[in-house]
Amino acid sequence: MVVMLFDEGRSETLMGEEEDDDIPFTQPSTSQVQKGLEKLTPAQVDQKTAEVVQYFLMKDQKKIPVRRADLVKHVVKEYRNIYPEIMKRTARTFEQVFGLKLVEIDFKNHVYILINKLETLEGAPVRSPSNPKMGLLFVILSVIFMKGGAVKETLVWNTLKKLRVDPGEKHEEFGDVKRLVTDEFVRQRYLEYVRIPHTEPLEHEFRWGQRAELEVSKIKILEFMGELHDRDPQSWSQQYKEATTPSSSSQPSTSSQR
Amino acid sequence: MSRPMGDSHRRFLQAMMAKGIINEQEARALHRHCCDAHNAHCAPDRLDEFIDVISSHLQPMFMQIRKGMSEEDGLPYYALVNMAETDVTRMSSDYADNELELFRKTMDLILGSETGSVSSTDILNSADSLQTKKLKKSETEHLLSRLVMDKWLNEKRGEYTLSTRCIIEMEPYIRTMYQDQVKLCHICHNIVFQCQICENPTCGIKIHNPCVARYFKGRAEPRCPACDDFWPHEIPEVRRLQSQSRR
Repeated sequence: MVVMLFDEGRSETLMGEEEDDDIPFTQPSTSQVQKGLEKLTPAQVDQKTAEVVQYFLMKDQKKIPVRRADLVKHVVKEYRNIYPEIMKRTARTFEQVFGLKLVEIDFKNHVYILINKLETLEGAPVRSPSNPKMGLLFVILSVIFMKGGAVKETLVWNTLKKLRVDPGEKHEEFGDVKRLVTDEFVRQRYLEYVRIPHTEPLEHEFRWGQRAELEVSKIKILEFMGELHDRDPQSWSQQYKEATTPSSSSQPSTSSQR
Repeated sequence: MSRPMGDSHRRFLQAMMAKGIINEQEARALHRHCCDAHNAHCAPDRLDEFIDVISSHLQPMFMQIRKGMSEEDGLPYYALVNMAETDVTRMSSDYADNELELFRKTMDLILGSETGSVSSTDILNSADSLQTKKLKKSETEHLLSRLVMDKWLNEKRGEYTLSTRCIIEMEPYIRTMYQDQVKLCHICHNIVFQCQICENPTCGIKIHNPCVARYFKGRAEPRCPACDDFWPHEIPEVRRLQSQSRR
C-alpha cells in the first residue's frame, strides 16, 4: 500500500535496528544501475516510480522540499541501487503528466522541490485556497525585487501594514501574519529571512528564496508595478535589465539533465 | 494506446489537485479555460473524453479522476481519487492514528443508521471508547471541523454525513468493509446514504433524494417501483442549474 509505506513520523528507529538505513547514500554508477535493472521486472520499477511520485506529491501539497536521504530511507529503500533510473522516470512523469518540473535546489544536501512549468493565469474558474496567500507573497517579492534584492524586515512590515495586514495582529484571512511570512514562506523556499549581523535589537532582511527564483516571473512583477504606478516597466532600467537577462549559470539545473 | 496529454490536460489536472473535487459546471468552465489557455480545440460535449485522457495517464500512479453524483444536489461531480489505498489510510498524512480511528467509527455509525447521518453527540460519545489515544471533547470538535474543511464530511444542523468526495473516493472500501450494511439506490444502483425509504416492511427499498425527484417528477400518485405501494414521502423538486438548459 502506497501511503502506508511513508511511515516516517511514527516509528522511532534505534541505532543499528535497521541496518541499511544508517549507511549514507552514495550515487550508484551507470553499470551498477544497469545490473540492478536486469534483476527487476518492469512492473516492479514502475511500481516503485509510482511510490516516489506519490511521495513527492504528498510533500509538495504543503510545499515541503524533499531530502534525498528521506526519499531513499522511506520510499526507495532496497531499490537504492537503481535510484538514478527511478529519479529519471519520476522527473519525466512530472513533466509529461503533471506539467511540473523536479528541481534540485541544494546540491550539497540533495534537496528537491517541484515547480510549475505552466504559467499561473488570471481568471481561472476554479480558485484554489492558496491564492490569497500567493497574492500577499507577490507583494512582498515585488518590494524586495524593486529594492535591489534585499530589504530590511521593517520595510516589509510597513508595506503590509499599509495594506491593512498587520504582522502584530491576527488577520482574518492570513491568521498569524508574521508566522506566515517568516516561517511558512521561508520553509517553502519562497523567501529567505536572514539575520543582519551586529544589529541591536536583532534585525533581519528578506530576500527571494530559491523557489521564488524558479517560479516567479520578474517581468510579471514589473508589469504589475507598471500598472500600479502608471509607468512603463522599462522605466525601471536596472530592474528591467535584471528581469530580461536569461538565467545565470548559478541557476540550479534540473535533475533530468544529469 | 492512450492519447497523449497536452498542456490543457496538465492545467486541468493541476486545478483538480488543488481543489480535490469540482461539480460539472465548474468542470466545463475549467475545461474551456484550459483549452483556451493553450489554444487547444474545446469540444464541450467531449469533457468526459478529455478527463479520460488524464485518468489513463494517472492510472500507473494509482490515481484517477472519477465521476459521481452528490446526494445533496443530485449533480455530477468529478473527484481526484487515490486508488492505491484500500483503507482510510489514504488520509494518514493529515490525521493521527486516533483521529483516523474516530473517522472509522463515524463511518460505522453512518453506515448503521437509517438516515445516512449521525449526530455530533453520538460521535462525541464514541470518542470516549477509542482504542488508540483518547480524544477530548474539544479535540473531537476540532477534528470534526477539520474533516469538514478537508471535505471528508458534511455538517448540517449538528448532523454529519459523508461528503460527495468521500463517497466517490471510498466507494470500493465501503463496498468491501460494509458489504452487509451498505445499501444501493433502487434507481441508479450506486451506494446510498441520504435517501427516502419505502415504508412497506417487506420491501424497504432506498432511493437517493435526487433520484426520487427525477423518478417521480410529474407523477400524480407516486408508487414504489419495487412493490407498488403508495410512496408516502414528500417528493423533492428536481434541482436545476441555469446552465443546464443550455446544451
